[in-house]
Amino acid sequence: MRNILTIIRKEFQQFFRDSGNVRMILAMPIIQLLILPLAADYEVQNIQLCVVDHDHSWYVNEMIQKITSSGYVQLTAYEESMDKAMQLFEHDKADIILEIMPNFEKELITQNEASIGISINAINGPRASIGGQYLQSILQDYNQQIRLKWIQFPKINPLPMLKTEFSYWFNPSMDYRHFMVPGILVILLTMVGANLSALNFVKEKEIGTIEQINVSPIKKYEFILGKLIPFWIMGQFVLTIGLCIAYWIYGIRPEGSIGLIYMFSTFYLFVVLSFGLLISTYVNTQQQTMLISFFFMMIFILLSGLYTSIDSMPEWAQVVTIFNPIAYFVKVNRMVIMKGSDFWDILPSILAMIAMAIVLISWSVLNYRKKA
Amino acid sequence: MNQFWVFVRKEMWHILRDKQTLFVLLGMPVAQILIFGFALSNEVKNSKIAVLDLSKDQITQQLIERIDASKYFDLEENLTSPKDIERIFKKGKVKLVLVFENNFDKNLQHTHEAIIQLIADGTDPNVGTTLISYASSIINDYQKELFGNQLILYSIKPEVRMIYNEQLKASYNFVPGVMAMVLLLVCALMTSIAIVKEKELGTMEVLLVSPLNPFFVVISKSIPYLIISILNIVSILLLSYYVLKVPIKGNLILLMGVSILFIITSLSFGLFVSSTTRTQTAAMFGTLIGLFMPTLMFSGFMFPIDNMPWPMQLLSNLIPSKWFFIIVKSVMIKGLGILAIWREVLILLGFTVLMLFISIRKFNKRLDIA
Amino acid sequence: MNNEYIIEVDSLTKKFGSFTAVDKISFTVKRGEIFGFLGANGAGKTTAIKMLSGLLQASSGSARVIDFNINKESEKIKANIGYMSQRFSLYDDLTVLENMKFYGGIYGLSNSKIQMKTDEIVKVLHIQDYKDKLVKSLPLGWKQKLAFSISILHEPPLVFLDEPTGGVDPVTRREFWELIVAAAHQGTTLFVTTHYMDEAEYCDTVSIMVDGRIEAMGSPKYLKEQFNSPDIHTLFVSLARQSKRTEI
Repeated sequence: MRNILTIIRKEFQQFFRDSGNVRMILAMPIIQLLILPLAADYEVQNIQLCVVDHDHSWYVNEMIQKITSSGYVQLTAYEESMDKAMQLFEHDKADIILEIMPNFEKELITQNEASIGISINAINGPRASIGGQYLQSILQDYNQQIRLKWIQFPKINPLPMLKTEFSYWFNPSMDYRHFMVPGILVILLTMVGANLSALNFVKEKEIGTIEQINVSPIKKYEFILGKLIPFWIMGQFVLTIGLCIAYWIYGIRPEGSIGLIYMFSTFYLFVVLSFGLLISTYVNTQQQTMLISFFFMMIFILLSGLYTSIDSMPEWAQVVTIFNPIAYFVKVNRMVIMKGSDFWDILPSILAMIAMAIVLISWSVLNYRKKA
Repeated sequence: MNQFWVFVRKEMWHILRDKQTLFVLLGMPVAQILIFGFALSNEVKNSKIAVLDLSKDQITQQLIERIDASKYFDLEENLTSPKDIERIFKKGKVKLVLVFENNFDKNLQHTHEAIIQLIADGTDPNVGTTLISYASSIINDYQKELFGNQLILYSIKPEVRMIYNEQLKASYNFVPGVMAMVLLLVCALMTSIAIVKEKELGTMEVLLVSPLNPFFVVISKSIPYLIISILNIVSILLLSYYVLKVPIKGNLILLMGVSILFIITSLSFGLFVSSTTRTQTAAMFGTLIGLFMPTLMFSGFMFPIDNMPWPMQLLSNLIPSKWFFIIVKSVMIKGLGILAIWREVLILLGFTVLMLFISIRKFNKRLDIA
Repeated sequence: MNNEYIIEVDSLTKKFGSFTAVDKISFTVKRGEIFGFLGANGAGKTTAIKMLSGLLQASSGSARVIDFNINKESEKIKANIGYMSQRFSLYDDLTVLENMKFYGGIYGLSNSKIQMKTDEIVKVLHIQDYKDKLVKSLPLGWKQKLAFSISILHEPPLVFLDEPTGGVDPVTRREFWELIVAAAHQGTTLFVTTHYMDEAEYCDTVSIMVDGRIEAMGSPKYLKEQFNSPDIHTLFVSLARQSKRTEI
């Protein structure tokens, strides 16, 4: 025990000696949590609409007014021809082109049906499909409005109707920040944890001090624990800063118990730190460490459900996420912070973390040989 | 000039010797393309739903079966009381709950109106919206089937066309994005680290006293990364064309040309970083925070620039990858020619010249002191 | 512990693939002597020292260090030896005192013992004014002397020094050897590798390694007589010329 404390004290002395480290650990959470959520706003809004109107009728005007009054869609241009409108697509100046045929109004009244052309710039697939859905639902509403005006509906529907009502729970304002901040917090913790621990080990290798430790009577597990614990403490510290920023800046207050978040991060940090340690046992230089930890981090983050939902992934990728610690914490953080999930809800994830921590720590202890 | 190639050869040896690094440098774009192409999508399928059926009549049973049978939804659980809704959401698996009111069928018969409540887990707003719109459309279809096609008066029929990307594949957006990201990482990060490493080890001085112009010494260090980057472009394009089926609509030579221009831009940024830093760690964090993070954020490929506050939108203009992203989209996906992108190309050229100019001055100054 | 020899090596061999770095060496080291382990670069000195201190597993052969078998009891060896390598072994970004406290703690010394030893070292090395300075800021010679003092902080009966004087000026080298001789007077056995041949004169016993084998061993005086050589340097050069290994 005393051996471990000796190493912990040394790590802290080294860490705080370099003011760059201290600045990084304070500045990273602040910068990331202030800037990333501002950028990571996937709400589809400001859809830029270009109208090509060959009809010029009163109904068309009313329809366009209805569309733009929704707030999601902005009318950015009126063009005379489809060719000119397409040029806007080429320069990404428009998202949707609404083409209204000549005699639109006439057909609507005389033939009970008129079509309208919607062309969507679909390079960005998700934006295109959600934008299209918006526009179509606005058009449906408008259509209903016309009908109500022209036909006198009886009190009871003449035909049976299935009526749907919908509501969104846990995030009624549909604010993207409430969704992203808990996830970004996880990424932050992961980057600090895995990078710092991996770099720290490799640095001792590079300078050669590790040899001096190796000839000493210190046991492998003492050395490893003595190195993990300081970074574990720093991880919890960064988490605390992050939670404070989430509360002060974004007004995000965990619905569930904050103790649960810390409890989970206790195990999570051991997983992440021992992963960093594992990398360091395979490489020799800091450059390699950064590159390799970056490589894995990127795969883990992309497959974590932070940006795209895990449910949408193909089956094999969903299987991969079972082994992705980041995916668990992103999920748990969102569950506890946004929905107020309790201990029993997150227990399966906690068990998964414990299993991963045991595997990774034993793997790296085995691989970190005091003998070559 | 022979001496120059001697230097280049030495750099190649360094890189070929370090198998781990080489593996990551060449494997990264492949892994990214495959992940983005196959694992990431916003498509909704087999989403878990729960049902609270307070009526349990024929119509609700049929409707539930219909929804369960669709490729979008899987019925996970039948709830028995409204209290269960919150419980099941908190467990995290179920993202949508359907509630059928009491006497559903009866109401439909008598008042001609029956209410289905759709409650979505709104933690992810986009997923919530999509789930509700899919569920509603299944219900609408069912209604049409049940009561036959009602004569709907005065209907506006939208005819939707998706331009450039008919199947709404996410790959159309990220292939150009991955190109920008990987090239920047390989060129700027690796070059700057390689140069600073020699400074740290003190071997730089040995190189600088050689008869070759010091600036060529530095340039020679970046040549291998230029070669690796070109290999990366080729592998990205091959993978996206043959595996992801993303078409290359524009001129391939133009596409390669602008990519090489962007590589040189990235290299010049790497040189700039290395001329201003002394240690590997500083160079790493310098490129990661100063170049990589902004690229990820402002190139428009992971995060929508349109939604950002205006100061950030303004800032995004200073990020070379933003312009490269636009160029690649225009040439590769939209099939446009040089006339459509000359402005962006000029901007990239401007960045390159500026960065090279600053770094040359910095390197020469250091030499005067030494 | 009554044994006259603190190290007994019997046909110790280390192979890296097809390359034999250390080839069946056998020798003994007496308690309390300064044992010089000489050889050109790449002769296998560092590999041998790493096997004896438990850092490297031997391919074949055996050795007893203090009272322990190097193949089976390397952890016990580690607790009882001191070690200082040619690569610098102190933490640059810690102060002199912090380094001492760290290594003292690693070897399980009590706080009062550490306090006592640090006071002693500070006095012997005359670094009163520097004890709270970062190691980074010390001149190389001081660092080496400090590293040596720290390697015997826990008073081990045996210390391995792997090219401790590399890159140090002659005056400091002399001071460094005075520290070594002083430690030997207190009963510590010192096992030193070096390629400064003049340093061999400080040693009680010298062995010269060429191509992984020990080509000559004995007191400096005995060696000079046996090989009919004016000094160890000349002897070494004549032996080293037979080497088939190219210098790395």
